[in-house]
Amino acid sequence: MKIDSEYRELAWQGLWKNNPGLVQLLGLCPLLAVTSTVVNALGLGIATMFVLICSNVAVSGVRNWVPKEIRIPIFVLIIAAFVTCVQLLMNAYTYDLYQSLGIFLPLIVTNCAIIGRAEAYASKNPMLQASFDGLMMGLGFLLVLVVLGGIREILGQGTLFDGANLLLGSWATELRVEVYKLDSQFLLAILPPGAFIAMGFLIAGKNVIDNKIAQAKPKQLEQAIERVRVNFES
Amino acid sequence: MAFWIASSPHNHEQSETSGLMRLVIYATIPGIFAQWYFFGWGNLIHISMAIITALVAEFSILSLRGKKIRPQLLDGSAILTAVLLGISLPALAPWWVTIIGSLFAIVIVKQLYGGLGHNPFNPAMAAYVMLLISFPVQMTQWQPPLSLLAIDLQFSDTLSLIFSGYTPQGYSVEQIRTHVDGFTMATPLDTVKTNITLGLTVVESMESPVIGKHFGIGWEWMNVGFLLGGLFLLTKKAIHWTTPLSFLSSLFICSFIAFILSPDSSASTMFHWFTGATMLGAFFILTDPVSGATSVKGRLVFGALAGLLVYLIRKFGGYPDAVAFAVLLCNMAAPLIDQYTRPRTYGHNVGVKK
Repeated sequence: MKIDSEYRELAWQGLWKNNPGLVQLLGLCPLLAVTSTVVNALGLGIATMFVLICSNVAVSGVRNWVPKEIRIPIFVLIIAAFVTCVQLLMNAYTYDLYQSLGIFLPLIVTNCAIIGRAEAYASKNPMLQASFDGLMMGLGFLLVLVVLGGIREILGQGTLFDGANLLLGSWATELRVEVYKLDSQFLLAILPPGAFIAMGFLIAGKNVIDNKIAQAKPKQLEQAIERVRVNFES
Repeated sequence: MAFWIASSPHNHEQSETSGLMRLVIYATIPGIFAQWYFFGWGNLIHISMAIITALVAEFSILSLRGKKIRPQLLDGSAILTAVLLGISLPALAPWWVTIIGSLFAIVIVKQLYGGLGHNPFNPAMAAYVMLLISFPVQMTQWQPPLSLLAIDLQFSDTLSLIFSGYTPQGYSVEQIRTHVDGFTMATPLDTVKTNITLGLTVVESMESPVIGKHFGIGWEWMNVGFLLGGLFLLTKKAIHWTTPLSFLSSLFICSFIAFILSPDSSASTMFHWFTGATMLGAFFILTDPVSGATSVKGRLVFGALAGLLVYLIRKFGGYPDAVAFAVLLCNMAAPLIDQYTRPRTYGHNVGVKK
């Protein structure tokens, strides 16, 4: 029963309450740079999720042998190793997508969401929970990427899943949905400023939902003891 | 018996935001009239569409934010933004350009930052830049002055061009822009810029039909119109003289130096003053009290920086005109300028050696 609630808490934190994209605002650089289409976003999101799960497992596995003083370089090395794997895999199997993601694929190494989870959760918890945490955080990040990519693709080109064949193989060409026909692209949505504006709206939307939920809840009696929670593990 | 003594100032002037905004809108009339006289109905149509969209957008956002709708909707600030945006758009731009621009100006640039008085950027110019980078094709299809058109462009033709892209006779915007001799006509600034890349001198560019006798048919009179409107605002003390003066003199000095150094590849000082959006920018956009600098010294720096940027972008940048970009860059610099040009408080720092 205790295990169950812990997993539920992990999922809730990763997907909504402590979402790396919307709340922690980590890894903004790839988030804003590559989400011009759903497929790019999906590609980078899956790659990030894969790295996050693997690095969480590995960091959690070696957590008892890593000296505290040099843990960060070791974590970075572990992450870099997995990023290299992903990069080589994508280079081999989804070459066009690899080309269109460009520098942002190797830059996953510097994604703060990954090192943040390694430091804050995986280095202190057993492997199973760490891998589940990686899955949920990665999924949360992936969802934000895909939603942002969807908004920008619809606004910018009026399509959805354009170029899905780059990621999924040639059968996926049929997935392309033309929502409406544009004579000229709305370049702002495709350029980085549009990503910032859309991201702002997403965060605002999340806050609105949170406020609505908080208002709907019956007010609880205020507890006397208060403390600042820096992170949710405790 | 006690006299009631009010604190100073004793001499009141009950001027309101709406009064000031109305005055500025009236002052744009000479310029808009010149624009109508030389370029036809296009911009008037855009201005009216922009006003309607801006009012609808302002109304919906104000009601979403739970603000008092009547005073804020009718204070004229949204209308002024829409008028300035409508003036700056190409006359034959499609209708959705105006709608998107006007919505962006009011909803994102103005209201999301907190409404009138809180916006860090000039809404009209931010919307213009957004449109220019989003729709480069539509936003550079400038209509040549009516006197050069091979086709007679009436109100109904312009309306149909804006809404469908074709006149009732079936001419497209591109055909309208074509000279009798078969080349596409550009704005004077664009003509000079393109000709310099083609190896022609400025003097040779001045022979171009769009330039006419002085600095561009229509454009010169539009700038004169906005200059007149600006002088009217100055006499009414609606705007302070510092920003326009420092902007225009900075532009004058920059173009004068370049003209002295290389007269073949630099346009004259007056060409820079009386083409493009110079006068509109100097008197109506840079003087925006919200997004500009506040102190006298600050405004001098602000205007001078804008003049320098306009010159640099016109001369070396990728776009022919630069007022909108210069204004946005200066808006970003305004807080910094204010930081360093804070006026001395009376009684402070007297005789203090640094």
